[in-house]
Amino acid sequence: MRSTGLFYALTALFALCAPMLGLYPVFMMQLLCFAMFACAYNLLLGFGRMLSFGHAAFFGSAAYATSWLVTAHAWGPAAAILGGVVVSGALGLAIGAIAIRRHGIYFAMITLALAQLAYFVCLEAPFTGGENGLQGVPRGSLLGVLPLRSDLAMYYLVLAAFLAVFVFIRRVVHSPFGQVLKAIRDNESRAISLGYDISRYKLVAFVLSATLAGLAGSLKALVLGFVTLSDVQQSTSGEVILMTLLGGTGTFFGPIVGAALVVTLQQYLSDIVGGWVTAIIGAVFVACVLSFRRGIVGELAALRLRH
Amino acid sequence: MTEILGIPVAVIPGQLMLGLVNGSFYAMLSLGLALIFGLMGVVNFAHGAFYTLGAFAALLGLQWFGINYWIALLLAPLVVGLLGILVERLLLRRLYRLDPLYGLLMTIGLALIVEGSLHQVFGSSGQSYPVPAALAGALDLGFMILPLYRAWVIIASVVVCFATWFVIERTRLGATLRAATENAPLLQAFGVNVPLLMAATYGGGVALAALAGVLAAPVVLVNSHMGTSLVIVVFAVVVIGGMGSMLGAIVSGLVLGLVEGFTKVIYPEASNIVVFIIMALVLILRPAGLFGKE
Repeated sequence: MRSTGLFYALTALFALCAPMLGLYPVFMMQLLCFAMFACAYNLLLGFGRMLSFGHAAFFGSAAYATSWLVTAHAWGPAAAILGGVVVSGALGLAIGAIAIRRHGIYFAMITLALAQLAYFVCLEAPFTGGENGLQGVPRGSLLGVLPLRSDLAMYYLVLAAFLAVFVFIRRVVHSPFGQVLKAIRDNESRAISLGYDISRYKLVAFVLSATLAGLAGSLKALVLGFVTLSDVQQSTSGEVILMTLLGGTGTFFGPIVGAALVVTLQQYLSDIVGGWVTAIIGAVFVACVLSFRRGIVGELAALRLRH
Repeated sequence: MTEILGIPVAVIPGQLMLGLVNGSFYAMLSLGLALIFGLMGVVNFAHGAFYTLGAFAALLGLQWFGINYWIALLLAPLVVGLLGILVERLLLRRLYRLDPLYGLLMTIGLALIVEGSLHQVFGSSGQSYPVPAALAGALDLGFMILPLYRAWVIIASVVVCFATWFVIERTRLGATLRAATENAPLLQAFGVNVPLLMAATYGGGVALAALAGVLAAPVVLVNSHMGTSLVIVVFAVVVIGGMGSMLGAIVSGLVLGLVEGFTKVIYPEASNIVVFIIMALVLILRPAGLFGKE
């Protein structure tokens, strides 16, 4: 347990100092946004065993909403992020309420189809910029006092948001709510017979996950200053699954490791192998499912338990 | 020109025809998907990739070896089907004892590998495949012009779908298949080679997808992502029809294609999403799907 605490402290220290270590801040911010996205996803898959194949809809819709509020209505970043999160939460409520009517693979197919619906809305709606998306989204200044134009200020905002989400998810999982969610994950019939209204638990978990995924999307839109169709596309839903799976579903640290690996891979691998990145990511998917289903962190934890 | 709701009547049959062509592809793909799922419990996300491979097999066969359409119609499904058997033997069979979600995840990876490679090698712009000479013309039916090739696609796919249905529901091989769906270990105890049956089913299912790909090659642009968006619609079709019945998969595929074509006439903006909206409605009213039993 002590070594885990030390590990967390070291990681936090690294994250705090990262800009001084010469790491490109925009890259680090992007990484943190995807790590937040993966953590939010893991809440659903790892602790609720619901494989959503449509999480890009929440990530992307919040990114679109935030960008639209900032560009078309000149909202400040805090209000626009809040607006984005509300949109993704509401969408999560609508999609979740339909999807939890079925289990397992049906759940996956339904979320995929409904997310595709959200994708077409983003493609065809008059305010989303169609194929181009929304460009030139200004970061503004936080609550009118802290200008976010500098990458450093933005970095610490994203880092603070990420840490808050990470701690929040831990609290949720360890709360009575989280315990019931895990009970449903492990044996649904037993949870029903114990008198739990499982649909409500599942729906709350789904909406929480969608909302936090939306926060990640809103932040990413502000970091990069644009939002495109790829943020709502099915491939992004696939990526977040891969991040979570690769790092370790149901572990707290796994999604962060997975997101760091996938984002780094995409960033640097594309310089070396060009367009083969998609195929390589597919191969990682296959390898992951075949040989280390618990993910990197999960397998390491299992190794440590054995000793 | 006569109009209904401000829409010229003359365009309606044409759009319905296009819808039926799409519906033929939905039917063939969802049938294969239901077949594979029924026996192996695997949701084959790579189904769209195999459809794309079928179209590419026809295209490259023509460009590299001069193989004509009719031979490609036989050869492409055969090649892709063998590839499917290889995939089942080497990869999928390791996952049967696990949660079905792993099968889905693995096939997502496969789809990425296939589509990513095709994209890298052949680029993102589509290539057209010539309509075979025998089917090049069009028939004037008086109320509409019927392109022969599109009529052929509909007839061919309906015949193939019902032939598949016949094999599964009315022959001894089909009975064995259905028995394996019910209780594979018991069937194996009777001396039936169940692993072989599974490999053959997966091969057959993806061969069906490849056949749809060859049929589609002359009417769409052959490109690496032609199967990606299609497979999502087909998933929705399968959810609407319910995985339980073959006939459900065929009928809902054709009907939803028609509905999509009809939507294109009355409200074009919604034609991409109408299937998903119907899926949501069906789930709210009848969660098991229209033909499903639960």
